[in-house]
Amino acid sequence: MQVKTGHPRPTARLVCRNVWKLFGNRPKAWLERHGPSPSAEALAAAGMVAAVRGVDLEVREGEIFVIMGLSGSGKSTLVRCLSRLVEPSGGEILYEGRDLLSMSEAEIMQIRRHKMGMVFQHFALLPHMSVLENVAFPLEVQGVARGERDERARRMIALVGLEGREAAFPRELSGGQQQRVGIARSLAADPELWFLDEPFSALDPLIRREMQVEFLRLQRMLHKTIVFITHDFDEAIRLADRIAIMKDGMIEQIGTPEEIVLSPATPYVTEFTGAVPRAKVVRLATVMVPAEGPAPARHLPADATVAEAAPAFRAGADRIGVTDAEGRLVGQVHRDAVVDLMLGG
Amino acid sequence: MAEAALPARLPRLGAATWIVALAVFLAFAVLGAAAFPWAFEMPRAWHVPFAAWFGGFVKWLLNDASFGLFTFAGLTRFIAAALELPYRIVLGILSTGWPAAGLPPLPWFGVIGLAGVLGHRAGGWPLAALVAACLGFIALFGFWDSAMLTLASIVIAVPIGIAGGLALGLLAHRVPWFARAIAPVLDLMQTIPVFAYLVPILILFGFGPVAAIVATLTYAMPPMVRVTMLALARVPAEIVDLGRMVGCSRRQMTWRVMVPAARDALMVGANQVIMLSLNMVIIASMIGAGGLGFDVLSALRRLDFGAGLEAGFSIVALAIALDRLGQGLARLRSAPPTGGSWAARHPHLLAGLAVVLLSGAAALAWPGARAFPEAWQLSTGDFWSRVMREINVTYFDTLEAIKTTLLVNVMIPVKRFLLGLPWLGVAALLAFAGWRLRGAGLAALAGGLTVLIALTGLWEQAMTTVYLCGFAVAFAMLIGLPIGILAAERDWLWSGVRAVIDTLQTLPSFVYLMPAVMLFRVGDFTAMLAVIAFAVVPAIRYTVLGLRGVDPRIVEAGRAMGCTRRQILWRIRFRLAMPEIMLGLNQTIMFALSMLVITALVGTRDLGQEVYIALTKADAGRGLVAGLNVAFIAIIADRLIQAGAARMRARLGLEGAASGPAA
Ligand SMILES: Nc1ncnc2c1ncn2[C@@H]1O[C@H](COP(=O)(O)OP(=O)(O)OP(=O)(O)O)[C@@H](O)[C@H]1O
Ligand SMILES: [Mg+2]
Repeated sequence: MQVKTGHPRPTARLVCRNVWKLFGNRPKAWLERHGPSPSAEALAAAGMVAAVRGVDLEVREGEIFVIMGLSGSGKSTLVRCLSRLVEPSGGEILYEGRDLLSMSEAEIMQIRRHKMGMVFQHFALLPHMSVLENVAFPLEVQGVARGERDERARRMIALVGLEGREAAFPRELSGGQQQRVGIARSLAADPELWFLDEPFSALDPLIRREMQVEFLRLQRMLHKTIVFITHDFDEAIRLADRIAIMKDGMIEQIGTPEEIVLSPATPYVTEFTGAVPRAKVVRLATVMVPAEGPAPARHLPADATVAEAAPAFRAGADRIGVTDAEGRLVGQVHRDAVVDLMLGG
Repeated sequence: MAEAALPARLPRLGAATWIVALAVFLAFAVLGAAAFPWAFEMPRAWHVPFAAWFGGFVKWLLNDASFGLFTFAGLTRFIAAALELPYRIVLGILSTGWPAAGLPPLPWFGVIGLAGVLGHRAGGWPLAALVAACLGFIALFGFWDSAMLTLASIVIAVPIGIAGGLALGLLAHRVPWFARAIAPVLDLMQTIPVFAYLVPILILFGFGPVAAIVATLTYAMPPMVRVTMLALARVPAEIVDLGRMVGCSRRQMTWRVMVPAARDALMVGANQVIMLSLNMVIIASMIGAGGLGFDVLSALRRLDFGAGLEAGFSIVALAIALDRLGQGLARLRSAPPTGGSWAARHPHLLAGLAVVLLSGAAALAWPGARAFPEAWQLSTGDFWSRVMREINVTYFDTLEAIKTTLLVNVMIPVKRFLLGLPWLGVAALLAFAGWRLRGAGLAALAGGLTVLIALTGLWEQAMTTVYLCGFAVAFAMLIGLPIGILAAERDWLWSGVRAVIDTLQTLPSFVYLMPAVMLFRVGDFTAMLAVIAFAVVPAIRYTVLGLRGVDPRIVEAGRAMGCTRRQILWRIRFRLAMPEIMLGLNQTIMFALSMLVITALVGTRDLGQEVYIALTKADAGRGLVAGLNVAFIAIIADRLIQAGAARMRARLGLEGAASGPAA
């Protein structure tokens, strides 16, 4: 994760403008006739199921963009629209400035082969292939020669910590291991855009934690542009640079975990954020004040959370210094501010 | 899903309306004859000459039909030639050799050796041993030559059946309108008795092995199409997404993703093709395929039970060998190339070549070694004949008494009653049932098909079919249900029962006829016994599947409430398994109908007989019409029972209420 404060705004990789996805009878034509943004009543009257309604968002280079929403809120449909696995009924999707929706089937196939990778909730491993063959499959499809694709697949397998299991079959692996294979496979073709549709939802809570840590480790190495789907708010907060909260096909709010927790935009978002301990979300950058007086004994980076600073205060400090990415002192945090935040906020 | 809740008592399906409808029907049947004679026996003038139309159509196809560039007759000639050539080659290798070129066929030990090598490649030593044992069994009982004839046509028919079924299934999966168009055709193909299309095939392709292969394909391919469609539809959506996400081309999507992901289900289809092809062996021998089927048939004519049984088991042995080989080969994965010489990398190819060359050379050198030595052959024919004679002598009076009592007191009265029913009343009653169970569509189907049967002028034969089939199904259920109930709760019993019914199912249906004929001679009673023996298999199987499939949480809850074992069985398991058992009933009816046509050989007077007569007279129209009538009966029964089962499932709150699996 990176600190956004003070950095120039990174370029948007993927932009959605007023994207709609309706299921029903000839949805595209219907949407054209009923204006850019039909009302819920009009949709119901026409018998349309609106899985995605007027979504605007942009995914920036190198960030983890999490889409969070309850079951049926349209997350999977939205992420499938982004790769055109599902044909959107209306709107615009730009990938690196090019209009994804006007591309031919052949063009989109090339983009999927070389620029996009996807991880699936139920792993979607091919049961008749070994781990190695599964991971090498995207390369095989591209026609990469056997020696090269096996070598790259082995590297990916090592990356996710499954060396030695290359010859195993999916059914011989645990759920966590299977998803590691899914992750290795999605990275095999070295994509720029990485979609993960509830990758850890089918796993036990303990394994899920482990996989989240693993995922963050991978991202620190690889710097992909990521769209990550989850229905678990805790997971969203733990992983996201920015979160989009979805409800009934619409985006309720987009923001950093901190923004969402500290200033929820709608009552629906408030419901989620109520139970989240602020200290785990709020970063020192938010509660710091300009540095003054003698330099504090302890320092922490600006993107550390308040919770991470707590041990230092418990050890007796009444203020700690805050440093930026280069280690320069940029401010300090007082014990009182931290106590206030943890108690009420 | 009803969470561990006990099912509520089944609400009755509007019992009052049913009673009223039945009462009206019976009153009409008893009192209406005087006022409406035409409703009881349809006037001849109303009969539609479907048979003549069909006959004319087939003639037209043969003589005049043309698709611009080529005629229909040209097309059949082309198909015949395309099948004939590979068949001749395989036959030459296995059976006839090429006398003109001085080449002998592969001797018996060569074929067994080759099969063993193939078995080893596909599944190691155990499979090699099994395959060799199966073929050895055939040689031992003296059926080698016939078996090679049969094998030759199977070797041609099975791959074409699998590939063709797969291709059509793939097409149907990709092109929705094709799937819709093909569905009713598949339904018909699976319910029309084979005999019915034997005649048109004979007319179009002539008597001989090619016609037999075409008939086998016509019979064995439809299930493969259906299985393929189902298997592809069941590939998880995520796997399809994966294929698109990594940028598969259409071809890669089909062959690298869809087909392999559906492999297990497709294997079931391939297994079906093998089994059905072997089922066809006997019928195919009637139109010139020869082989093991001919042996069974001639044993049946001679009433030589032992020979028939041995020939039948030879067919089973062939079926087992082919099936296991196929399964093993399909499960093989291409191993990555390892180092070493060409020979080290292809040991099986080398071994196979060695077997062929060595055994071929041996056969050339010692012509006497080609056939399995007669001195080694076994026969149990005498033993079986003695057993049968013994039973006949000892129990003749008892058997005769049983037969007469049942016939006079039960079967004949019911037959009279059924034959006396008005066609119009039956159509109305079935339409009512369709309407109550699903709605107007089913009502129209059930009533319409019944009227159509009457219009063909075969009402009497149709009702005889219903009577025979009804009795056989009732007895099969009476036998099958208790066995199923007992076996469902006892693992050891079920594994034994399953082995028996699996064998029964692969044993060609003709074999059932023989003991029945020997004990009871020809007639309705004998036919019924043979049908029962054949149709009891699904009755048992579905009962066990249904009872075992009941959600264990519900049983648990029952136990927690203190239900006795008996209460759990009847109040919980049985009631929840009812939809499955209904499907078992459905399958039992289908099995019974297909067997009934075969029992025409022992002199029934039903639709089967009509089909059979048409076959002997090569009357294409008559056979097709009678066959279609059997199919109509099957379809009416099938749709009504499916609708009933679906309703029941909905009432019990079980999933999938709307979509009963197709038979
Ligand atoms: N093919 C389809 N036809 C009709 N409706 C659909 C289809 N696919 C999705 N929907 C509807 O669109 C809505 C959103 O579905 P979607 O699968 O995107 O939800 P989700 O947020 O991913 O839920 P989950 O967490 O359960 O995966 C749902 O109401 C669903 O019923
Ligand atoms: Mg989803």
